[in-house]
Amino acid sequence: MREGILGRKLGMTQIFDKDGRAIPVTVIESGPCVVLQHKTKKTDGYDAIQLGFAKPLRFIREIRGEFPYKLGDEVKVSIFQEGEYVDITGISKGKGFAGGMKRWGWAGGGASHGSMSHRRIGSVGQGTSPGRVFKGKTMPGHMGFRRVTVQNLKIIKVDSEHEILLVKGAIPGVKGGYLLIRTSIKM
Amino acid sequence: MPDLVREIEKEQIKKDIPEFVPGDEVKVHLRIPEGEKERIQIYEGTVIARKHGSLRETFTVRKISYGVGVERIFPLHSPMIAKIEIAKKGDVRRAKLYYLRKKKK
Repeated sequence: MREGILGRKLGMTQIFDKDGRAIPVTVIESGPCVVLQHKTKKTDGYDAIQLGFAKPLRFIREIRGEFPYKLGDEVKVSIFQEGEYVDITGISKGKGFAGGMKRWGWAGGGASHGSMSHRRIGSVGQGTSPGRVFKGKTMPGHMGFRRVTVQNLKIIKVDSEHEILLVKGAIPGVKGGYLLIRTSIKM
Repeated sequence: MPDLVREIEKEQIKKDIPEFVPGDEVKVHLRIPEGEKERIQIYEGTVIARKHGSLRETFTVRKISYGVGVERIFPLHSPMIAKIEIAKKGDVRRAKLYYLRKKKK
């Protein structure tokens, strides 16, 4: 079963491991979360628990699965252990209206030699046949501020005393952004 | 609430680092693990820069080895650094001594 908890991104730093390598880590304030609701197959059509995080309550998310928790129970970081892998979901930083080079990694046009097509959109399709632009064609538009999940992040440290989780690598969103942390689906 | 990111960094910051500035000549004692055992290697040269800060601070040491300029960048708080010894105090007016790279010997 996939364990889950809610948290808040505090920022990034680094940690030296026993071989002296500097590991980039994200510091996450995670839990304690309160169990707010128990959903069951009988009443709701699926099994889940609803968790609430922060005081006053600011962030509520459901986690699918059957859990032994009772209403009002607290879920703490200690459900995770060092060396385990987690998937973390957050809201990415908003980038505003972004061009195709930034948003989709287009190559762009020539930079010099009289080129006037530096970062412009190029050809978007073929000709009379098919006579339309295909669905899903990458175009400029709003970028960021959407739900993003990063998978398989290694847990470097669990600090139950301060309710803190250290995870290797970067995670989506701003400092102070709310996160959903779950056991890795691919383990 | 205390700044927990800072707290995590504080735990790892070394307290026994001698004060040294760009321009000083230092001997860096490096731990070189060889299987089970450990060996100390000394890298000696002039400090030409100190960058970043707190736990992430690094310093650059430049030396001339067989006529070739060699620069190594060390994380100041790395556990692989056993000791930093100051060989000679420098007398410079700059924080970054990148001009040494172009200077004729």
